[in-house]
Amino acid sequence: MSSHNLKKTDIIFGICHTSDDNQNILPGGVCKTSRTKYTVLEEVIKKDPKDIINDIIESGLKGRGGAGFPTGYKWKFGAASPETEKYVICNADEGEPGTFKDRDILLKVPGKIYAGMAICGYCIKAKQGYIYLRGEYRYMIPELQKVLDEFHETIKKIGFDFHIDILLGSGAYVCGEETALMESMEGKRGEPRNKPPFPTIEGFRNKPTVINNVETFVNVVMIQKLGVDEFRKLGTQDSRGSKVFSVSGDTPIPGVYELELGMKLCDFVDEYGDGDTKAVQVGGASGFCVPRKKFDETIIGFEGIPTGGSMMLFNSSRSMYNVLCNYLDFFAEESCGQCTPCRVGCQQLIRGIKAVKCGQRPPEYLDTLLKLTDSMRLSAKCGLGQSVANSFSSIVSNFTEEMIY
Amino acid sequence: MKEMIENLTKKYGKSRESLMPILQAVVEKENYLSEEAMNEIAKQLDISAAQVYGTASFYSFLDTEPRGKYVIRVCKSIIAEMKGKKEIIRTLENVLKVKVGHTTPDNMFSLLETNDIGWSDQEPSMLVNEKPYTNLTPEKVISIINEYRK
Amino acid sequence: MILKMKDKDMINLKIDGKNVSVEAGTTILEAAKKVNVKIPTLCYHPDLCIAGNCRVCMVEIEGSRTLAAACAMPVDQNMNVLTNSLKVRTARKHNIELLLSEHNSECTKCYKNGNCELQDLAAEYKITNDTFIDLVPFHNYTIDHYSPSIIKDDSKCIRCQRCVRTCEELQSVSALGVAYKGEHMKISTFLEKSMYDVVCTNCGQCVNRCPVGALVEKNYIDQVWDAIYDKSKHVVVQTAPAVRVALGEDLGLENGEIVTGKMVAGLRKLGFDSVLDTDFTADLTIMEEGTELLTRLKRALVDKDPTVALPMTTSCSPGWIKFIEHQFPQLLPNVSTCKSPQQMFGALAKTYYAQERNLNPANIVSISIMPCTAKKFEADRPEMRSSGYKDVDFVLTTRELAVMLKQAGIDFKSIPEEKYDSIMGQSTGAAVIFGATGGVMEAALRTAYEIVTGREVPFNELNITPVRGMEGVKEASVKIEGTLPEWKFLEGATLNTATAHGLVNAKKVMEMVVSGEANYHFIEIMACPGGCLGGGGQPIPTNAEIRMKRSDAIYREDSGMPIRKSHENPEVAQIYKEFLEKPLGHKSHQLLHTHYVDRTKK
Repeated sequence: MSSHNLKKTDIIFGICHTSDDNQNILPGGVCKTSRTKYTVLEEVIKKDPKDIINDIIESGLKGRGGAGFPTGYKWKFGAASPETEKYVICNADEGEPGTFKDRDILLKVPGKIYAGMAICGYCIKAKQGYIYLRGEYRYMIPELQKVLDEFHETIKKIGFDFHIDILLGSGAYVCGEETALMESMEGKRGEPRNKPPFPTIEGFRNKPTVINNVETFVNVVMIQKLGVDEFRKLGTQDSRGSKVFSVSGDTPIPGVYELELGMKLCDFVDEYGDGDTKAVQVGGASGFCVPRKKFDETIIGFEGIPTGGSMMLFNSSRSMYNVLCNYLDFFAEESCGQCTPCRVGCQQLIRGIKAVKCGQRPPEYLDTLLKLTDSMRLSAKCGLGQSVANSFSSIVSNFTEEMIY
Repeated sequence: MKEMIENLTKKYGKSRESLMPILQAVVEKENYLSEEAMNEIAKQLDISAAQVYGTASFYSFLDTEPRGKYVIRVCKSIIAEMKGKKEIIRTLENVLKVKVGHTTPDNMFSLLETNDIGWSDQEPSMLVNEKPYTNLTPEKVISIINEYRK
Repeated sequence: MILKMKDKDMINLKIDGKNVSVEAGTTILEAAKKVNVKIPTLCYHPDLCIAGNCRVCMVEIEGSRTLAAACAMPVDQNMNVLTNSLKVRTARKHNIELLLSEHNSECTKCYKNGNCELQDLAAEYKITNDTFIDLVPFHNYTIDHYSPSIIKDDSKCIRCQRCVRTCEELQSVSALGVAYKGEHMKISTFLEKSMYDVVCTNCGQCVNRCPVGALVEKNYIDQVWDAIYDKSKHVVVQTAPAVRVALGEDLGLENGEIVTGKMVAGLRKLGFDSVLDTDFTADLTIMEEGTELLTRLKRALVDKDPTVALPMTTSCSPGWIKFIEHQFPQLLPNVSTCKSPQQMFGALAKTYYAQERNLNPANIVSISIMPCTAKKFEADRPEMRSSGYKDVDFVLTTRELAVMLKQAGIDFKSIPEEKYDSIMGQSTGAAVIFGATGGVMEAALRTAYEIVTGREVPFNELNITPVRGMEGVKEASVKIEGTLPEWKFLEGATLNTATAHGLVNAKKVMEMVVSGEANYHFIEIMACPGGCLGGGGQPIPTNAEIRMKRSDAIYREDSGMPIRKSHENPEVAQIYKEFLEKPLGHKSHQLLHTHYVDRTKK
């Protein structure tokens, strides 16, 4: 398979720069967005919020954090509430192992994030936005704040009544879950809430809240800039648009790449693999592990295996048992601990895998554990507990010998 | 301590929402949350000490155990493991003369492991306080530590 | 013109094939109750906010990707719910097995053996083998048994957070919280200190709501048996008002049955040398506290003494006392200096009673049966030794007494009723209502009003209904007219009172006192929701309906008593004549009054 099957795009990081800007990019790729004039917002404020929301629905944009909820509908629900106190939250708690694409977006084009949030505020009639930034990205704050100060000045002149504050996390993967994130913002432990009610009805401070991923907000800006039709040309029917991927592991070219959604995994491996790719973990520890024999039939997108962007490649020198142990240790540590299936289930899975490997439990115990992950998927309180089953079942089923011998 | 917390409540407020930024600020200044600090925060925010402790202990970066001036957090993701994290840990343990999870006797460095910090394309990586260091090699690590020791 | 109220939308759904129609906002669990469909729960409790963390109440909703927690999921139009499908039973069984795998399952050695919600579920789902790996050895669980009132055994905790929600929502104490995350997540005090070393008020509401044996009272059953079987000891027992309307619940009788006579007979059969009544000292408390209130009012209104502390609050609830010592120490002067009836009794047992019975007080063992766990802490307070000995040696909760009666093989249902011994065994209706929220206030008013005016309180049949009932804070005012000459400084005055139960309401009232918003003269505070009848030592389970039935029983008992005012208790008159001389007299101050501790100081 030749690499021209992969369609690269440059929507998220490109376009807004003028050729002058390219000379003003700092080491590390940080864009001196003092040059960004936020011209897209000047156009947005002339439009009816309903039209903008319809644009997003038409575009088919789905959430870029991993969950993939149709963005336009989320904004529609947010706008529908008659409440006057509403919030826009940008989920910058990127913590999924192998995901670092928001890192680059935050470093390189923060102005686009702010613009996307402002558009959201305009559409749902929220005056206050927050960026919940993971604690591990604290080093970004000085530059983010600088760009933010310029942003506030500029949009005031354009006529937006919208203010963004940056809040910092402190090292908790589960705070990437939208309701846990809001609990954290409210000064509490990041324990996910019961859903319903959903954030668009009762969110931050129990008020209607639209919470989206960093990349999703940038996509909203670009849809306005390019137009819905241009956006719809990219991707597939179920997975419109492009996606930013973070590629790491056994690859000669680790890094952040923008690609159209809907690509075949075999094409991806051809481009980024090291020639000996045994497995690709799509979607991080809470995603699916695809073995070599299934590369051809796997689509990266909402119709196949969706991902928040994390793509980890493993070659034949790697032990999938080690990989699984790493993921399970991660979940056992990062689970909020609230609900039984996740808190105890994760412990049972990691200890169970180790027991089978060292012979303390027979290989048939793996079936017991697979059944357990079914129950975890069905009964855990949030996406963390529900998703452990993904990597567990895909690795155990596809690499069973490595679990036992 | 009372004064420090008072100044923080002036900046961040006294509501439950103020708790996270206040805890973060105290950790930044004192390296960890002491019993005295948590008691004072509880008093001024009108919540119980158990609630302050319960919230703080949830977050990996809000240490309730004493830490050194420089907290080193080495990434322990699977990619970091694949790219040589073990050697980095060994080097650090040798240079600092403490094991993972401990603080040097002069209180300068604490050596910890942490989950994916967002640099999988440049592993091994670590944070020293909030500053990331990537593409680590044993030699790089030694020179980084020496810089901090100056 | 009658305005038509807009009806809340009605939702029609199916549960296990049964049609049910409920208001929007109802949860599946509540809707299921309406059609008698039973869904098992653990973290759910009717007194508390919904948690949805145990994941036992999972149900299947047709068309839904995952199962739903019935306690938290609101019903939706045309929902089709299956509460017992294979998916549901598999997931539920897994979750119970998971809980058991991190649980110390030595049931035969557990205090809650036989009254444990996890045991019930394991039995129902026939969990007869260890599917999963035993996680207990990896957890380093600790047992905190340093408090005289409550034992916290982490090896049994299922992390349902009922205790945390109780301590926060009902009591606003939050001595218990949730700490850490992941596999280390646990219920913890501040820095994992002992309950004894933190702001815990010992109220035991957490014990009442723990579904398993993670939180239990510290029991003194063995020590009491030892005392009873020690021939050289004279063992005296006092019984609190709220015990007699709840004890039956643990012995096969209906909720709300009055078992006073049976209780006395049972205690005698157990081998106590003298079965006496806390209600006697409750009457005595009214004499002392009523006089104290009137004295403070006189000092304020006549002497214009600026140092007098008003409003005055009651002091018979040790959970309340510890609460104010931690949270509002600046208001300690406002608390009545009267000891609680339990402690007044204890001091008198080893002085007055010993004297009258010609006994060596060193050989008297003084036991109390209380609906309360905080009373255990109270008995241990260093200042509670006015008799020269420990005034109350051991406190047993209602639950512990039930255990002892069962151990002795007593058939409680059929035992014939008996009467209390004397002296210190006679009481009035005013005393028995101490067990309900508003009872102390009502008893005090019945006496104080008569002292001041010479007439009975102007309420039908002495039932002062404004201070009764389960509302969190009740305000009531009494106009004082036609006073006796000695009390003419109160002529035309209005006595403003407040009654609060549950510490969350105590906090509300005290904050109003601090801010100056409150204009009360007398405040009754009970730490436990419902008053002592809902105490931390009462039979488990507890809920609003159970507490209401106990409350009805208490007021029934009051109506049925021959004497209904504390000052008419002949034994009370006798003790003043022969021993104490007068309320607030020298002997009273020595034996019946106490002081408090500012616990915010190191």
